[in-house]
Amino acid sequence: MLTVRGISRSFGDHKVLDEVSFDVRPGRMTGFLGANGSGKTTTMRIVLGVLAAHGGTVSWKGTEVGPQNRPDFGYMPEERGLYPKMKVREQITWLGRLHGVDRVTAERNTDELLEDLELTGRAGDRLEALSLGNQQRVQIAAALVHDPDVLILDEPFSGLDPIAVETVLDVLRKRAANGVPVLFSSHQLAIVERLCDDVVIISKGRIAANGSREELRTRHAGERYEIVVAQDAGWVRDVPGVTILELDGPRAVFEAEPQQVLRTALDRGEVRSFTPVVPTLDEIFKEVV
Amino acid sequence: MARASFSQATWLVAEREMKTLVTTKGFWIGFAFTIIGLFALTVLPTVFGGDDPKVAVVGSAAQAVQGKALDVQEVGSVQEAADLVRADDVEAAIVPDGAGIKVLALNSPPNDVVRELVESPPVELLAASAVTSGQRSVTVIVFGLVFLMFGMGGAAIAQSTVTEKQTRIVEILVSTVPVRALLAGKILGHTILTLGQVVVLALTAPIALRVADLGTLLGVVAPALGWFIPFLMFGFVLISSMWAVAGALVSRQEDLGSTMGLVMLAVMGPYFGVQFFYENPAVLKVMSFVPFTAGVAMPVRLFAEQAQAWEALLSLGILAATVVVILLVASRLYTGSLLQTGGRVKLAKAWAPAE
Repeated sequence: MLTVRGISRSFGDHKVLDEVSFDVRPGRMTGFLGANGSGKTTTMRIVLGVLAAHGGTVSWKGTEVGPQNRPDFGYMPEERGLYPKMKVREQITWLGRLHGVDRVTAERNTDELLEDLELTGRAGDRLEALSLGNQQRVQIAAALVHDPDVLILDEPFSGLDPIAVETVLDVLRKRAANGVPVLFSSHQLAIVERLCDDVVIISKGRIAANGSREELRTRHAGERYEIVVAQDAGWVRDVPGVTILELDGPRAVFEAEPQQVLRTALDRGEVRSFTPVVPTLDEIFKEVV
Repeated sequence: MARASFSQATWLVAEREMKTLVTTKGFWIGFAFTIIGLFALTVLPTVFGGDDPKVAVVGSAAQAVQGKALDVQEVGSVQEAADLVRADDVEAAIVPDGAGIKVLALNSPPNDVVRELVESPPVELLAASAVTSGQRSVTVIVFGLVFLMFGMGGAAIAQSTVTEKQTRIVEILVSTVPVRALLAGKILGHTILTLGQVVVLALTAPIALRVADLGTLLGVVAPALGWFIPFLMFGFVLISSMWAVAGALVSRQEDLGSTMGLVMLAVMGPYFGVQFFYENPAVLKVMSFVPFTAGVAMPVRLFAEQAQAWEALLSLGILAATVVVILLVASRLYTGSLLQTGGRVKLAKAWAPAE
């Protein structure tokens, strides 16, 4: 497990991170959400040692993260960049070797990744000759070539078309399935909603919400329910303590202690459905941020 | 998982630097020009100045040119000889003039021809040197140019550093290997390449000298050349660490000019210093111990037989010590500025301990 505990960081007088703590669990895709400037990139850079923290610790499997275990991490920085004039295959292999993988393994991993990312045809091209979307895929390969133990990806899906998102997603899921913790930041909530197992929401340098996706939804579901009855549901507004949010013929969305409403409904006739309303990440995000 | 050791990481960086550089056309063009230039510098004077002057000779004047280093063409009349001069087929005509001879030339006195015709008194040199002043100035130019060329070649280190900052691959590199390995790899890679070029030059120089029929000079140049190589290599490491810092201080290629000035000065200084002062033994002596100018000044003094071997060793020692100090300073500045982006990093900020 990757454990982030009490990380703080300031730039001048501006406190960018304030006691940030969260976990990235093995085999889980953890979505890291936050508005622009909320501290996502700063947190990731601190985890990778590219930036120093002003307090707090980052540890992997109980050992503090440092130069000795950091080469086992795979990192995709927010600002993309590889050597523009270096050939794709050569570049990925070289990065693999820099991480300590022997040449043969690095070459084999590179070829597999290029295959998975549908880049085999471009292996011999210079990076700068590729489209931005393809360069982005190469960047993913660069983060994965050394079979990292932990993956930290800053906005891995931005700039990808929907098909490329699927391709990259398959590659990442495969890693997660092998037990690798994957932390990825995104501001595209719909994507995160679909992909992640766990969610960490950061707002103005503080962790605003944190947990598994389902847990978060339930936790933030609050006292909101939807009821569908056979006849008109207008009576719901007369139940004491109820706040009606939507009312549309037989359907009503309300906030209240649910049992009272359900009992009344059953007394009055047929109840077709009664469900807690689970908020989308979008709604949770807006609520906590 | 396996990890790249410091030396493996350094070597991987060095390998990439070398590979990148040797696959650029500019590298080979520059190198080819240097070799051609050096050949030209040594061979051309012989080619152009080597032939005996052509003269036309009329009648009895032929006796005067016997045994002289002149390319003689006998003609029937003074008129014919004058025509040849006017047509520029010969440099001068030697014609009878009363009891003696007279030289006809087009628009300036043909000194080389006249020198052959005059009986010169014997000369005895009291302090004979194996090196003429002409050979010395050629050597100064050659050593200076080679130093200048390789020193400027180090700018590739600055460029490669800026590329890494500009493309932000530096974040991946820094999170993977120690910054010092990056710096060491860059300097190592470029030093090996430079050494390779110097070896090629050192091997071709004797060929050039033989072609130029300056075989005797070879015996004199060889020891100085032997000294020049270690001086050049240490000097190169000194300058390349400065180039690396110049690159790390800026974030974009366009801004590189603002930090390269000082390094250029350190490269050009020795070149111009030695060009201007090589005939002033006192100044040259001082320069031969100052780390930045020693690379050119000391080999020139050795060539001119003005310096003893112990002086060269002492100077090399000073240079090596300076290299160590500069490397340590550069390593701190490089580390402090590599991850700073946006505009130029002030030296003081680069030096400050990491926040």
